[in-house]
Amino acid sequence: MTTNLPPSASSQDASKPLWRATLMRPETMTLVLLVAAIIVGSLLSRFFDSLSFILESATYYSEFSIVALVLTLVIISGEIDLSPAAMMALSACLFGSAFQAGVPIGLAMVISIVSGVVMGAFNGFMVLWLRLPSLMVTIGTLTMYRGLAQILAGDRSISKFPTWFVGVDYRELYGVPIPVLIFIFASIVLAVVLGTTILGRQIYQIGTSEVAARYAGIKVRRIKFMLFVSMGVVSAICGLIATSRLASVRYDLASGGELQMVLIVMLGGTYIFGGRGTILGTFIASWLLVIIATGMTVADIPVTYQLTVMGLLLIVSIISTNLIYSRNQA
Amino acid sequence: MFKRLTQLGLSLGLAVAGAAVAHAADKVSIVYIPKNTGNPYFDSLEKGFQDGCAKLGCTFDAQAPATADATSQIPFITAQTQRGVSVIAISPNSPDALNQVLDRARERGILVLAVNGDLVGNLQHRDAGILPVDFTKTGPGQVELLGSEIGYKGDIAILSATTDAPDQNTWIAAMKDVLAHNPKYAKMKLLTIAYGDDDPQKSTTEMEALIQKYPTLKGVISPTTVGVAAAAQVIETAGKAKQITLTGLGTPNQMRPFIKDGTVHAIQLWSPYNEGLLTAYFAVGVKSGAIKNSPGTTFEVPGLGTVTIGPDHIINTQAELTTFDESNIDKYNF
Repeated sequence: MTTNLPPSASSQDASKPLWRATLMRPETMTLVLLVAAIIVGSLLSRFFDSLSFILESATYYSEFSIVALVLTLVIISGEIDLSPAAMMALSACLFGSAFQAGVPIGLAMVISIVSGVVMGAFNGFMVLWLRLPSLMVTIGTLTMYRGLAQILAGDRSISKFPTWFVGVDYRELYGVPIPVLIFIFASIVLAVVLGTTILGRQIYQIGTSEVAARYAGIKVRRIKFMLFVSMGVVSAICGLIATSRLASVRYDLASGGELQMVLIVMLGGTYIFGGRGTILGTFIASWLLVIIATGMTVADIPVTYQLTVMGLLLIVSIISTNLIYSRNQA
Repeated sequence: MFKRLTQLGLSLGLAVAGAAVAHAADKVSIVYIPKNTGNPYFDSLEKGFQDGCAKLGCTFDAQAPATADATSQIPFITAQTQRGVSVIAISPNSPDALNQVLDRARERGILVLAVNGDLVGNLQHRDAGILPVDFTKTGPGQVELLGSEIGYKGDIAILSATTDAPDQNTWIAAMKDVLAHNPKYAKMKLLTIAYGDDDPQKSTTEMEALIQKYPTLKGVISPTTVGVAAAAQVIETAGKAKQITLTGLGTPNQMRPFIKDGTVHAIQLWSPYNEGLLTAYFAVGVKSGAIKNSPGTTFEVPGLGTVTIGPDHIINTQAELTTFDESNIDKYNF
């Protein structure tokens, strides 16, 4: 987890020719897979090549993709958060229950976002002040938040939201559904933060060597706490998007989503032990997942094969990421 | 370099796809989306579709999600809409999460049929509902069967599918209603409802928990094929057949060993095969204009006789449940 290497892959590649440095980046692998997936998708079914269809399908994955962007920062900083899908469910159930109890819908949305802050802060507190490993803490809270959601909402679904709130995925701007726009916008903002700001450099440094970062005067605990709280907030926002898309909320909203989020981040070439990774990689990986799932579904490929392909892909990406990073070290 | 490669790849892909565009077939194309994969009940339903389409000359395909989550069918509906099929027949996993995506399919001229379970409370989001039997009689029918076996007396429980499953919830509501209001069942006490999520493993665990938690349990109704088979296995393994009477909705093939060895005395069901067959005839009839999709219309299905479209565009494949026991189970194969 702690190595003495420079913070990002790019700085040590300066001596090599540009094309080689580009080729040796893990995002390149993801991009190649994406191109291959688009070609295969087109070959598999003549119904695949439709931008509006792909964008519509992308809305089904956009919530996980948006959370994966923030998760990328968390993983680069050397931590992990497996509770976001459960946070989506609990915050959405709080929203639904509050709305059903007669709270104005705007206030109910505020309640859900605040609950995200609280849940994220709780994760952060356990990890940073009680010094427990984030993997254990968030496995615990993933079960706890989901359990609380079930206690709160019971076994039924909450629906009958006002029409203006329902169907965010069918609202479009320049032909792009709103959730996909939010994903693209968030990608740009976070890429700028991570790639060009001091905060971004500090996040890489923390993940590369936390001890060194602390000696360099970086406020490690404050930055990590902020990242955990951001996870809570973005999960709550995505919980609301999912509620609007489905026009109903249930305690099992986004169940199993945490694995898909981690899958996206890993596919994008982010190093699971921290210190390396980019928003661009996560961005490309999100589209890769959309293209593969959509392409195989529209080609009527049975779902069992789809799961196998996803698993294979993850293994390929982990091997290639590790290979590329170890090459770069040599 | 990579940009150029990407462009090359894209244009290559588009060119190939363009070449592959074939003439739209004039045949009616039906796709059926069951709740999930690995549920033998739906295999029989699909067989009905296949035999119907073989006679009528329509094309048929079935596409199932891996799990029976409320949202798992959504990408499949979108994909089939994109494929431009003429009919989407679906056994919905949720009564409300599918509304918007089904509306979108209907806007594009696709006939949307709820099969084997309806969009309870959201009927305006599908064109018709093809149900196996008169669902208002299913819950009471199950209670009567169990009651007759346990002498209309004792503690009972229900092992259902998912908490959101619209058809199971309809039947359970009717069961609660007759238990509360019909004096015949006054001495039968419903202790709890467990949910096995139509997953064999979870159903097994839930059934084991029921036996542990309620030592006075005399009867269990499991109105789902996955649940009743798992529950029968638990009772057989635990050796509780004399103490606990199990009934429910099960397929004859799945339940045959348990009925033969006395673990279970009787189960009920309808013929999912007939549902598939009827849906194929109805879909092709509506698409070709031969059947007008409005309440009161009647049409003929070979082997099923005259079928009537009821209020709310609900079509019942048969009137009463069929009871399968030692005496007749060998006559059925599904």
